[in-house]
Amino acid sequence: MQHLLTIADLDREEAVRILDTAEEMARLTDRAIKKLPTLRGRTVVNLFFEDSTRTRTSFELAAKRLSADVINFSAKGSSVSKGESLKDTALTLEAMGADAIVVRHSASGAPHRLAHAGWVSARIVNAGDGTHAHPTQALLDAFTMRRHLGDLAGRRVVIVGDVLHSRVARSNVELLSLLGAQVTLVGPPTLLPVGVESWPCQVSYELDPALAKADAVTMLRVQHERMAASFFPSAREYARRYGLDSGRLRLLPDHAIVLHPGPMNRGMEITADVADSDRSVIVEQVGNGVLVRMAVLYLLLGGSGAAEEDR
Amino acid sequence: MTVLVRGASLLGGPRADLLLDRGVITELGHLSAPAGAAVVDADGLLALPGLVDLHTHLREPGREDAETVESGTAAAAAGGFTAVHAMANTEPVADTAGVVEQVWRLGRDAGHCDVHPVGAVTVGLAGRQLAELGAMAESAARVRVFSDDGHCVSDAALMRRALEYVKAFDGVVAQHAQEPALTAGAQMNEGELSGRLGLAGWPAVAEEAIIARDILLAAHVSSRVHICHVSTAGAVDLVRWAKAKGWPVTAEATPHHLMLTEDLAATYDPVYKVNPPLRSAEDVAALQEGLADGTIDVVATDHAPHPREAKDCEWASAAFGMLGLETALAVVQHTMVEPGKLDWAGVADRMSVRPARIGRLPDHGRPLEVGEPATLTLVDPTARRTVQAADSLSRSRNIPYAGLSLPGAVVATFLRGRRTFGGRA
Repeated sequence: MQHLLTIADLDREEAVRILDTAEEMARLTDRAIKKLPTLRGRTVVNLFFEDSTRTRTSFELAAKRLSADVINFSAKGSSVSKGESLKDTALTLEAMGADAIVVRHSASGAPHRLAHAGWVSARIVNAGDGTHAHPTQALLDAFTMRRHLGDLAGRRVVIVGDVLHSRVARSNVELLSLLGAQVTLVGPPTLLPVGVESWPCQVSYELDPALAKADAVTMLRVQHERMAASFFPSAREYARRYGLDSGRLRLLPDHAIVLHPGPMNRGMEITADVADSDRSVIVEQVGNGVLVRMAVLYLLLGGSGAAEEDR
Repeated sequence: MTVLVRGASLLGGPRADLLLDRGVITELGHLSAPAGAAVVDADGLLALPGLVDLHTHLREPGREDAETVESGTAAAAAGGFTAVHAMANTEPVADTAGVVEQVWRLGRDAGHCDVHPVGAVTVGLAGRQLAELGAMAESAARVRVFSDDGHCVSDAALMRRALEYVKAFDGVVAQHAQEPALTAGAQMNEGELSGRLGLAGWPAVAEEAIIARDILLAAHVSSRVHICHVSTAGAVDLVRWAKAKGWPVTAEATPHHLMLTEDLAATYDPVYKVNPPLRSAEDVAALQEGLADGTIDVVATDHAPHPREAKDCEWASAAFGMLGLETALAVVQHTMVEPGKLDWAGVADRMSVRPARIGRLPDHGRPLEVGEPATLTLVDPTARRTVQAADSLSRSRNIPYAGLSLPGAVVATFLRGRRTFGGRA
């Protein structure tokens, strides 16, 4: 694994190795002193062109638990708004000797450019790019599901909401299908991308029928401003048709879990009582995010001899 | 200056010697060189009428960092062109007689090819109020092609008025067909791939809806409309339908839409970002078929230079557009001539005769006959080259074909008997 830009960079074996390594990280850090010396002397840069305190903090904690030096580089005001360009920022980080760059960007493909334009030699980890991909979110979701459901092969996962604008949904479909799960995307037709019928998943416009056999349900964040662009008529109508409330929760099998990548719009895609119920693993996802990101950084930077040699 | 071109194959047909004297083809046949004449050995070369581009961005005035009239027309001559139509989206916009005359004079002074400015349809390309089309038509630049290229004249009433108004001076409105409401923030062709790459889609319907409307408007007011850079199979069908009705509709396709497909967007390299976007393989096939059967009248380059920093960035921030003048003929040979879809006479028709007719350029696109202007290009169809961005005469380097091997080479270009490209004479 040279970079982690999208789930498509992984085969099944590599994906499982990351999840297994995250389990190992859980075991090693489940003690009073959580820090491992693995990445001592390596520099990890968190390059965030888009605000995301939770993802940045998660990567920061992951790198620090592995003893890496961590720099947070908040490049607010990307080249779009006449700030420093992606290229110049990359050249700066290269000159500073970054070993890995964790990048969040509003433009789809920005991490891909960083990895392939020849500006930097660092390993690139995509921490979310535009409406394209968010591979570590998918990995932490799969990790969380695996802990509750065991092997995901044959498991049914329902992903609900604004798939069109969701990098989380894209990466989840790719990873879960890679791991053998059956994914169903649910949302209004306006919020499903053109060509979704060729994705490795089922698609439904109705939520209730999909819930009865689900092992896990992921609720996607739906932004209120989508309403202004006529993707749906009103927040109330959206919540009625696609929101997860306690009534719908009862349609789920007893073992099924509820996930959300955060931040939640309580009352929109998920009601407060569902979010806080014992079926919800939303808080657990946050903790698992650190473990999965530790595993990714470890495997990219120090974990395998091969990674060291081909630098 | 007298030039004897010896042994060229005329439009790929019979070989002949051509004597070019005082800007005119004075003799044709088996000739001996008059005293003092420069002799060009054209053994194995094709002679085509000088190519005419209906769609060029020369960027001057305003963006001389990307291109100037001097550099852009030098690139044009190197590509075999003897006339280009310079699009109006300069800074200031070519929406007054003053600006079009400036561009026309810069072209005349540079001398590499004839520069025919395109006038903006609306003031500032803003789509609200007609520019002074008559003043531009009557200026020294004698503008006949009007376009808000880069922007669509999306207001149907304004488009109707523009079509009607240009009838007074035999003008044509060249429409950049893009329904703005359907393409807000659009980055690439809308389809399965755009969904997967997370790049906002530019749907075919946004092009086709405007073309359908404008075809009907042109028929309704009996005025000429020209459709810029047709890129979808559906758009080809619409133009074919309009022509079957006998309506005054013409259309162009760019070399890149005849060759490249949307798959290239998966690299996220903005050198492949263009408007309209690269489409599917089915669209490319339909464009080639349309060009072959004459539905598509013209190959036009949409040569769009951009400074390096406008492409050396993430896809969404990058500028739309590609260079095209120096590679157009090679791409047409590769996509149309080599597979047998178009012969060289057909190439002359689509790249010289018809664009000259649409642009109302009486001295271009003429047959290679005695008494006609000595405006021609000599091509070696057997040459092959690997395209190198650094070789371009353009000031910009946004060439999507870099590293590819393409057939053919322009050996020399003559404009009214004067050599504008190629070694001696």
